[in-house]
Parts: sequence; structure tokens; C-alpha cells
Amino acid sequence: MSKQVENVRLHEIAHARAGDKGNRSNISLIPYNPAIYDCLLDQVTEARVLDLFKKKGASKVTRYELPNLPALNFVIDDVLEGGVNSALNLDQHGKTLSFFLLTLLVKVPADLYKDKKN
Amino acid sequence: MVSSVVHIGCGAGFSGDRVDAAIPVVATLAKKEGPKYLIFETLAERTLALAQKHRRKDPSHGYSPFLESYIRPILKKCHESGIKIVSNFGAANPKGGAIKIAEIAKETGCNDIKIAIVEGDDLLQIMSGADIQNHPTIEGLDIGDNEVLAANAYLGARPIAEALQKGADVVVVGRCTDPALVLGPLIKEFSWAENDWSKLAAGTMAGHLLECGGQVTGAYFADPGYKDVPNLANVGFPLAEVKSDGTLIITKAENTGGLVSAQTVKEQLLYEIHDPENYYTADVILDISKVEVTEVGLDRVEVSGANGKPRPDTLKATVSIDGGWMGEAEMSYAGPNALKRARLAIDVLKSRYRDIGTNYPIRFDILGTMSVHSGDNEDITSSHSYPEDGDYRIRVATCGHEKEVIERINQEVLSLYCSGPAAGGGFRQHLTDQVQTASILVDREKIRPKVNFLTGNV
Repeated sequence: MSKQVENVRLHEIAHARAGDKGNRSNISLIPYNPAIYDCLLDQVTEARVLDLFKKKGASKVTRYELPNLPALNFVIDDVLEGGVNSALNLDQHGKTLSFFLLTLLVKVPADLYKDKKN
Repeated sequence: MVSSVVHIGCGAGFSGDRVDAAIPVVATLAKKEGPKYLIFETLAERTLALAQKHRRKDPSHGYSPFLESYIRPILKKCHESGIKIVSNFGAANPKGGAIKIAEIAKETGCNDIKIAIVEGDDLLQIMSGADIQNHPTIEGLDIGDNEVLAANAYLGARPIAEALQKGADVVVVGRCTDPALVLGPLIKEFSWAENDWSKLAAGTMAGHLLECGGQVTGAYFADPGYKDVPNLANVGFPLAEVKSDGTLIITKAENTGGLVSAQTVKEQLLYEIHDPENYYTADVILDISKVEVTEVGLDRVEVSGANGKPRPDTLKATVSIDGGWMGEAEMSYAGPNALKRARLAIDVLKSRYRDIGTNYPIRFDILGTMSVHSGDNEDITSSHSYPEDGDYRIRVATCGHEKEVIERINQEVLSLYCSGPAAGGGFRQHLTDQVQTASILVDREKIRPKVNFLTGNV
């Protein structure tokens, strides 16, 4: 593994989709290169995701691991400002939140990161 | 004889989905051997409450308003090709929906079509509003003593299978779990037992992957330069090939755009899933934590490894209550110093709303800075840097039960035309009748689904 490390947004190395149920959102996080999965496990923690979404009222984040895919699934409580029936936010479902998660910065070995670019 | 492969296509993934997406799905299905099905999923959480309101105004209405636009283009071809149709577009009035389909069948020359109606999801038929209010809420708002507009349990796949077993060509359901639209046909074709949890899990996973239409075939996926999708404008809707052992391949309609890849399938697999080991449905608790996704050909992905656990003793039900009114109003400011003028407009409105003295929550956005990603009370323009010159749009949103107060809040935005900062333009407003929903759990024994066939002339 290369010693060189790059600081990148999750958007460079993973894709995501958000779904809603009530006032709770779930966001999947799927690395383009399965070898990146361990970096996500180490760095995209429940605490960091909660910190990112706190300004929107998030009260709790639960992270589920799916090593076979591989992927992570984040369940974020109280993040939808009331949810589809009462949120004043234009995006009442929180559909766009997947790309907010993808703004998080992570450190990735340069060789793994470049794999995706090929 | 048990068929070796069942083909199931999806023609709609939500109530506002493309009305012509089913046409290539039907053309593809028509060429297949063996049992063939087309499903439409058209019933979101709150759609049913709106449908219930329509039914109260006119007892013949209350089924999906899109039913005709989905059914008319494909009914004859399905009938000729032996493709059975299963859908929840019955909404608050499955019988009304069935009558409408019978009319379309007559007009398009489909003779001897058997239309089944699955009912029994409507809780208001079997318990009082007060009984419903007494159920604890597991999701969404507390019901309190608010009037219940609609309350419907999520039925499972068994009544759909029963309708098909009795010879239905079209099955019209009200509220059922989305995956049941796919699991029902599979139970009928493969005679899967009520406790064959691993097979029911595989069929439920197939349903989960199909139920959102194009979301598994490259729609809602494209991110240019990162996830490119060919011909998104004509994205093909999905088909599943399922074998009696639960083996599942996801593919898509022929001669369409979009793609089916490991990436598209993974995104949809986790869509609206919370704990991957415990996805509750009426028929089985699905565990997708060990699932593997493998590309086995062009636009062909095999999905394996679903596990199942015994179904829960309760069924989930969605309860709808009146949610008052939502008001939204917008005005644009553009060109030199636009951001300062937009902020001044918001300051003016805040002062005016203080004078009115409303307690309703009011949210302010400046579109063009950060809006959907910001919190209700976040001041984006002071914490981030955006150009003073630009093309910005203020937005005010509020909700409450007094319509005249909501209208007044909107009206204050309109009055910025002559009384706000320079050169505000492009005012628009919305006033929306709101429905609130809550989820409750109901004892399974209380819910008795019924299968009936439409008879007589219509």
C-alpha cells in the first residue's frame, strides 16, 4: 500500500442514496472500489456523521455494516425537520442529504483513490 | 406444474412515475415463456389520505388518479400476451379502481378479463377512530384525539396469491406492502409455504428491488463524470427473473436507456432500509446483511443471500390526520448587490411577522446559497461566503391550522413588490392542504383480507 495519503471528499470514492421514513433518514454509502471499505469503516464513524447532521436536528446516528456488498448504512434520527408531512425545508424527504454526506473529508491511500479514476 | 422461471416487470415506482415506462416492459415480457407479471407501485404513505378525501367527495373515486394513464396503453397487450397485472392503485377504493379497469377493458376490446379486488386493509371498517387513537405510535406524530382521516394496514402477499390462484388477470389492491406485489405472484407460481422463510425472503427482496421502478436501472443514480447513465431520458424499467429456489436476476426492458449494474442494485437494495438484518414486512422479516450482488451479463445482475425470519405478529398501519395548511412564498433578487437586497427582504419580513404576532414556525431560505442542506434556523449567509452579486430567490415557508394566518404570511411576501427592497420580482406562492401520518402496529388476527371478483356489467 502506498504511503502517500490524500484528503478527499467522500464523493470522490463512494456513492450514496437517501431514503425516508417518518422523521428518520437512512443513507447508504457504497465505495466504488471495495478496497476502500476499510477506510470508510475507520473514518466515517457514527460520531462524525452525527456531527455533520447536527445542525439539521439529528439526535442519533446508527451505522450498519454490510461487508459483503461492501457498503455502510447510516440511520439518522430526527434529521428531517418533521419529515415529509411537516418539514418546512423544500426537500421534505431529505432526498438530497445523500450528497451532503458525500461532502465529508476522508484520508485515502493515493493508490486506492487513483484506482477509481481509471 | 411448477414453472422454472417467473418474469416480473415493474411499470411504476411511485404515484407520479412516467406513464409510458410500462410499454417497453410489456413488450419485453410478451416475448418470455412461462408466467409473466407486471406490477405498478403507486401508493406513498400519504397518498391514501388524499384518496380517502376524494372518495368522501365522490364515492366512485378514491383509487389512484393515475390508474387510467398507466393501464390504458398496456391493458390489451397484457391481455393478449398472458401478462397478469398486480397493483396497489386501488388506494382508498379498490372496487372503484376495478370498475374503471373494466371500463377500459371494454373500450379497448379485452374480452373476458377477470379483475380481482383485495380489500381488508381499511381499519376504519373494523374499528372505531377512538380504538385507532389508542394504539401507540411507532413512527411519525402522535395521533392524540385528532380525527382519523384514513387508517390502513399493510396487507401481505397471501391475498394477492389467492386472487391469482382463482384466475385473476388483474389484481387491484389498496394498501399492501410494496414487495407483496411481487411476492404474491411468486407464492402463487411456486407454492411457497407460509413458513418457508428463506424463499419468502428472496421474493421480498425481489419486490424491494423492483418496487421503485427505474431506481434499480439507472434512474435516480446519474452523477455526471462519476456515475454516467446512457440515455437516461428513456430509462428502461426493471424486470426480475426468479426461480423456484429464490434465485434472482435483475434486468431491464429491451431497447431502452439506463443500466443495471452492481452499483445500481446496491443503491436500491439499501433504499429505505434501516437495520439490514431486520426489514419487517407482513410476510417475513427480511435479512439482507449477507446479500451478494454479482454482474452476470450486460444489464444482468444476480442477487443472492437473502435470509428470512418468522413474520411478525403485528401488521404496520398508516394513520392519517389533518395537518392544517402549509404556506410557501418566493421572490427573486438578481444582479449587483442582490444578496444584500435578499437579506434585507428577509429582515423586513421578520419584523412584519413579529408585528403580526404569529406563533407558527417560519423558515427563511435564500435559494442560490445553501437551502435544502441547511437547518431550519441556520443563518447560511453569515457562516458561509457567497457572491454579493448573483441571482437569488428568497423563500418563506410556514404551517399551521388557521388558513387566514398562513395566507397573511404569504401575502407579506407578495407585498414586497411595492414595499420591499429594490427590484424584487417573480413572486409565486403555494397554499397546500396538509396531511400528517403516524404508523401504528395492529394485531395481525384483527386483519382479515378479502378477495372478491368484479362481476356483472359495468
